[in-house]
Amino acid sequence: MNEIIRIENLTHTYGEGTPFRRSAVEDMSLDIYRGEFLGLIGHTGSGKSTLIQHFNGLLKPTAGRVLLDGQDIWAEPKKIRAVRFRVGLVFQYPEYQLFEETVYRDIAFGPTNMGLSGEELDRRVHDAARFAGLDEGLLQKSPFALSGGQKRRVAIAGVIAMEPEVLVLDEPSAGLDPRGREELLSNIRAYHAERGNTVVLVSHSMDEIAQNADRIVVLSDGHVLMSGAPREVFARADELVAAGLDVPQVTRVAMALRAKGLPIDPAVYTVAELKAALLALRRGGAVC
Amino acid sequence: MLKDITLGQFFPGDTLAHRLDPRTKLIATVLYIVAIFLAKGPVAYGLLILTLIVSVRISKVRARVLFRGLKPVLFIIAFTAVLNLFYTPGTVIAQFWIFHITREGVITAVAMMLRISLLIMGTFLLTYTTSPIRLTDGLESLLGPLKKLGVPVHELAMMMSIALRFIPTLIEETDKIMSAQRSRGADFESGNLLQRAKALIPLLVPLFVSAFRRADELATAMECRCYHGGEGRTKLHVLRYEARDYLVLAFYAALCAAMVAVKRFF
Repeated sequence: MNEIIRIENLTHTYGEGTPFRRSAVEDMSLDIYRGEFLGLIGHTGSGKSTLIQHFNGLLKPTAGRVLLDGQDIWAEPKKIRAVRFRVGLVFQYPEYQLFEETVYRDIAFGPTNMGLSGEELDRRVHDAARFAGLDEGLLQKSPFALSGGQKRRVAIAGVIAMEPEVLVLDEPSAGLDPRGREELLSNIRAYHAERGNTVVLVSHSMDEIAQNADRIVVLSDGHVLMSGAPREVFARADELVAAGLDVPQVTRVAMALRAKGLPIDPAVYTVAELKAALLALRRGGAVC
Repeated sequence: MLKDITLGQFFPGDTLAHRLDPRTKLIATVLYIVAIFLAKGPVAYGLLILTLIVSVRISKVRARVLFRGLKPVLFIIAFTAVLNLFYTPGTVIAQFWIFHITREGVITAVAMMLRISLLIMGTFLLTYTTSPIRLTDGLESLLGPLKKLGVPVHELAMMMSIALRFIPTLIEETDKIMSAQRSRGADFESGNLLQRAKALIPLLVPLFVSAFRRADELATAMECRCYHGGEGRTKLHVLRYEARDYLVLAFYAALCAAMVAVKRFF
C-alpha cells in the first residue's frame, strides 16, 4: 500500500509569542494510505481537529511537512486551493455552513469553485446527493427548510461533490439519534466501498470507529499513541483506558470476563466474535 | 487574523484604576473629555498629558497597548493635521506653490493631533480597565434618572451587555464558517472589490442565520428563568461610592477648573 498523505514531524503551536502559547500537535508523524478507511480517535484536546486542518492546508505547520502524493502541499502556497479540492474536509456540525437558495446550488458550490459547469456539474451534484442519502425531491428545496439530519447530509454531499481523493469527516454523527447515526455511517461505508477513495473518520466513539475503520490511529496530547488494525489497538485496551479513552462495549465485557479468569482473547471487539469465543469456551468445558 | 480585533478590550487587573466604581470612571472620562476641549496653550496640554501618564501608570496598562488603539484613527489624525496646517490664516512662515504654512497653522495642527490622541487614549483607558459588565452596570445606574422619562434604561443596558458578550462568540463562529467554506474552495483573499463582496455571501448568510438562532435560544432560556426587566430587580454587584471615588472625581473636576484658569491667566 502506498501513502496518499504523509505527515512528517508536524508541530502546530497556537499563540506563538504570547503567554497563551500552546502546542496542539507536537512532532507528529503519520501516514494515510490510499483507499483505506482510517479511524482517528482521541479525547477532546488531543489535537484531532488541529491535525485534520493540516490535511487540506487550512492551517500551516509551525514545523514539519504535509505531503500529498509525495508533494509538499506548502511548496507553492498560491496553489493551496487545489489541495482543498483533493482533500475534502467536512467539519463538525457542518449544517451551519449552508447558505444557498436551494440544496442543489449548495452542493454545487464546491464543484463550481473548481471551475466545473454543465453536465459534469449536474452529474456530480446528483451523485453526491445519492451518496449522502438525499432524495432527488429535496434538491430544489431551500436548505433552511430541511431537518437537522438532512441539512448535515447536504453539507456532506457538498464536500463529496468535489470528488476528493481523501474524504475527512470530523464527528459526522455528533448529535444525531442512533438511527440517523447508523444510516449516515452506512452511507459513508457505501461511498467508500463504491468509490474506493480514502476516508478518514474522526470520532470519539470507539464503537463507531470499531465498526467502520480498517485501521485506527489513537491520538493523545498531540502525539500518536497507537496505530494499527482495530484488533491490535483494542488488544491494548488497558492502555486506552489509561489514556482516558473509551473501548468498545464488547471489549469492555471481554475485559471484565478476563478479569474473572476466563481465557478470552483480548482482541475481540464485535458481538459476533465474543459470542464465538464464549461458545468455544463452553465446548471446551469451561464454566460460564 | 480576526482575533486581533480590539473592540473595547478589557485587561483584567487589580489596580486602583480597576477597583474604582465604574460610574466614577465614566464621569471622570467625561470630565477629561471636557477638559480636553477647554484646553488652550502648552501649560494646559502639559497638564492633560501628565494626567493621562499618571492614570496609565496607576492602571498598569502598557503604553504599547494604548498606542495600538490609535492605529485605526491614524488617518483621521493625519488628515485633520494636514487640513489645519494649510488652511489656518495667520503669519506665513513657509510657502510653496499655492500652499502657505502659517505659525498659527502649525500650532493648531499640533493641538488637534494632541486633542484627538488624548481623547482616544483617555476613553480607551476606560474600556481597558473596566469589564464590559461593570461598564454597562455603571451606565445603567448613571442613566437611571431617564427612566422617569420613560426611557427603557435597563433594557438598553441589557442589550449592550448581551451584544458585548457575543462579540467573541461570533468571531469564533466566523472563523469556523470561513474554514468550512475555504474547504469547499471559497476564496476570500483575491479578486476585485465586487468579487470579494460576492465571496462574502457564503460567510454572511450562515453567520446571520446562526446569530438569529442564538438570539432565539437566548431569549427562550431567559424566558424559562422568568427574566423580566429592571423593576424590582436586585444586583449581584451593588455599586457603592468609596472615598477613593470622591477623590478621583474631585481631581478631574479640579482638572477642568484648571483648564479654565489656565485659559484666563496665561
